[in-house]
Amino acid sequence: MTAPRNITLLVNGREYSVRVEPRKTLADTIREDCGLTGTHLGCEHGVCGACTILVDGAPVRSCLLFAVQCEGMEIETVERLASDGVLHPLQEAFWEHHGLQCGFCTPGFLMLAKGALEEDPALTGEKLREVLSSNLCRCTGYQNILTAVEAAAARMRP
Amino acid sequence: MKYVGQSVRRLEDPPLLTGTAQFVADLSFPNMLAMRVVRSPVANGRLIEVDTAEADKAAGVIAVLTASDVDLPPIDFRMTKVGGLDAYRQPVLAKGRVRYVGEPVAVVIAEDPYLAEDAAELVWAEIEDLVPHLDPLNPGDFDDGLTSAVALIEKGYGDVEDGLAASRHVLEVELRVGRHTGVPMETRGAIGVWDAANDAIHMYGAAKVPHYNRSAIATMLGLDQDKVQLHENHVGGGFGVRGELYPEDVLVCEAARRLGRPIRWIEDRREHLIATNHSRDQLHRVKVGFDDTGFIDVIDDEFWQDQGAYVRTHGATVADLTGAMLPGPYLVPAYRSRGHIVLTNKTPAGTYRAPGRYEGTFVRERILDLVAAELGLDPVETRRINLIPPDRIPFDRQFSALGTGVTYDSGDYERLLDRVLERLDYAGLRADLEARRANGEKVGLGVACFVEKSGLGPFDEVRVEVDSEGSVEVITGAASLGQGVETSIAQICADEIGVDIDAITVTHGQTDRIDRGMGAFATRVTVMTGSATSMAAAEVREKAVEHAARLLEANPADIRIERGRIEVEGSPEGPSITFGEVAAAAIESGGELTATAEFNTNHMTYPYGVQAAVVEIDPDTGACRVTDYLVGYDIGRSVNPMLVKGQLVGGVAQGIGGALLEVFRYDESGQPLATSFMDYSLPTASETPDVAVMVTEDSPSPLNPIGVKGAGEGGINAVGAAIAAAVGDALGDHSAVTELPITPGTIQAILHRA
Repeated sequence: MTAPRNITLLVNGREYSVRVEPRKTLADTIREDCGLTGTHLGCEHGVCGACTILVDGAPVRSCLLFAVQCEGMEIETVERLASDGVLHPLQEAFWEHHGLQCGFCTPGFLMLAKGALEEDPALTGEKLREVLSSNLCRCTGYQNILTAVEAAAARMRP
Repeated sequence: MKYVGQSVRRLEDPPLLTGTAQFVADLSFPNMLAMRVVRSPVANGRLIEVDTAEADKAAGVIAVLTASDVDLPPIDFRMTKVGGLDAYRQPVLAKGRVRYVGEPVAVVIAEDPYLAEDAAELVWAEIEDLVPHLDPLNPGDFDDGLTSAVALIEKGYGDVEDGLAASRHVLEVELRVGRHTGVPMETRGAIGVWDAANDAIHMYGAAKVPHYNRSAIATMLGLDQDKVQLHENHVGGGFGVRGELYPEDVLVCEAARRLGRPIRWIEDRREHLIATNHSRDQLHRVKVGFDDTGFIDVIDDEFWQDQGAYVRTHGATVADLTGAMLPGPYLVPAYRSRGHIVLTNKTPAGTYRAPGRYEGTFVRERILDLVAAELGLDPVETRRINLIPPDRIPFDRQFSALGTGVTYDSGDYERLLDRVLERLDYAGLRADLEARRANGEKVGLGVACFVEKSGLGPFDEVRVEVDSEGSVEVITGAASLGQGVETSIAQICADEIGVDIDAITVTHGQTDRIDRGMGAFATRVTVMTGSATSMAAAEVREKAVEHAARLLEANPADIRIERGRIEVEGSPEGPSITFGEVAAAAIESGGELTATAEFNTNHMTYPYGVQAAVVEIDPDTGACRVTDYLVGYDIGRSVNPMLVKGQLVGGVAQGIGGALLEVFRYDESGQPLATSFMDYSLPTASETPDVAVMVTEDSPSPLNPIGVKGAGEGGINAVGAAIAAAVGDALGDHSAVTELPITPGTIQAILHRA
């Protein structure tokens, strides 16, 4: 059960061949074996949401999954958001509206918002607040995060 | 355009947005090992033996260290030393006695964190249980013959006894603020790296006070100060708890030195909730004397602060600030505060954002509400007649806080109160709530006034360097915990020199870049580091002007520097050069555009505010929802309004946590009951209302060259007070709320009683 296994993870469109114990979490594997440290660990028990990433398009807690469960799935982390130095509208809006202070929870909120808006581009108001209450932030009081996501959503709508 | 006063977007954001920031857990070094701390499972006991034999043999284990291997002095006080506390300092590893669940008894060093955690399970600490002391009103023995009632902090003025005897009315009340704390989203972490070639240690993951901690670690390890360097990386929130010197910081350094390999320790959330400083946890017994108009003649407060198992780096800070700041914006002709610091077998406690003020403001503002209710007066008018009038300011409180005399430097408290009332449409809002209550809703309004403090000295030093390209580096011993230090310091520097803000970088928290520094605490950075920056930048500007005058063959008095372009006044068509060209010329001629400045002060500066909360109570569940919140805050001068607002709103959210949700409880054996985010509830976006903020600049500080006061703690200060008042108003009983947090259970009990 504990013998390491060779697996291939598809992260941000790139294949990573890694050798991990079955007990190693997806979050730890992404951070240590794939070298993508933008995904942060705030509680490791699925409450804070700092480690939120997209797996097959859906926001998930990467601390609650094992890497060996995720072979063949499409994994997307915060490092994927900007392309060629151009920030994603969510990143731009967080910057513009001061949606971050220490920035530790930010990657989780960005990925949560991206996943939620892809599922429902019209998400706004109290429904958006409810979705964003899946993750914890200790600095901002959430107000600017909500404003930023609303602003980005408006920009992203076709 | 000047930068100061503008909502400039932050220089620090791009790496945080793109996942390229480097928090301590994101760093790794070749051959790095992981450290896991074995913690006491018992609240109070004699530590007979720590058996490491099994762990030593476990896979991947390099070393297991206990107190018998590691002989280091205990962790000393950074602040507010009062006599007689030395015996209560925490050892880095328990020796002979454990005093709280979570106390480090051993560390396991292994090839990776999973293996270190496996092996830690195999360390067996043999502990003879002792009865835990959990009630600060009944102190026990800290050690054989050494009481756990460790200090009494007294402050006051005027004749309290006579005052009470002469008062027309006297009221007595017992008030409590629960045990809760900062809980930043990033847990603590530290990496020790031994540099064998230079016999030096580097610690990464420093925060808040890197220079102080450098000296402390050097002393503990018996090294010269220049052999210890601390490096601050990105830090995921501080709030008072992060960055103080803890056992783990010293242990990674010691282990790295012994083993010659980098050692990384990353705290997990359970550890954080039982090992990182707790805070608050005070019981107050107050007597108040007042007259028929509601004017308060006397406050006589005695309080007990449950500071947990050891006196950590903050010494007596929280009790000191509680006593010093409790009278707040009111005259209070006679005042006495007696604060007992008592140790118990719980996690040690230190400061958390607005230490002593969150508690003291709750107590004081409850008193004001009780006085108003007793006399049937309007709570806001009762506050008004007690406020210190503007012609009495500067106002000397006649005692000290953190070793500095408490003198409110500038302010017009009544003016701010009036502005807040106008913004609220106070009369209209009260009438509206009255009507809703008459309709069966349980809604209420609470208003609280407070004085904050900021800009603690004694000094801050800043060096400004310009390279031959004209890039400006501000180097400071201040620290960044997410507040936006880099941006606000760059704004001040850019204005003073006359360059573009993008030309500026701010280096902080690196002990190898500047010899001295005070760090970031007590809402000090914008005031202290900002002032020193403005002074150093002015000197750089003067030097640049001299060189430019020479190059442009003009009178220095006619040189203008704006957004990096240098021109001669009155000849817009004449020659102009860039700041970079002047810097290059200065360096070429053997000079340099560099200046170091130090800003000193013996006094803090005192911002002030008024907060108002509207709450709605669900009578079925007892749940309390904050529907509206307003912060009025006078900051003297605002460097970056967007960041100021961010600080205030964020503070309110944390304050709501302490008022309604967050509490560390213990069972009768001293086992902590809140050890995960399932049982320690932080406010989410659903519990946090949109907060209205009104920042005023009526009363600039006369104590610093830029007139600023701090914003860091003004948001959280009065939240417990305002919400308690609003709940009282909603329930129609102002004496009902005597304790924070106000849980649904509390509210149900009040409703059933009525």
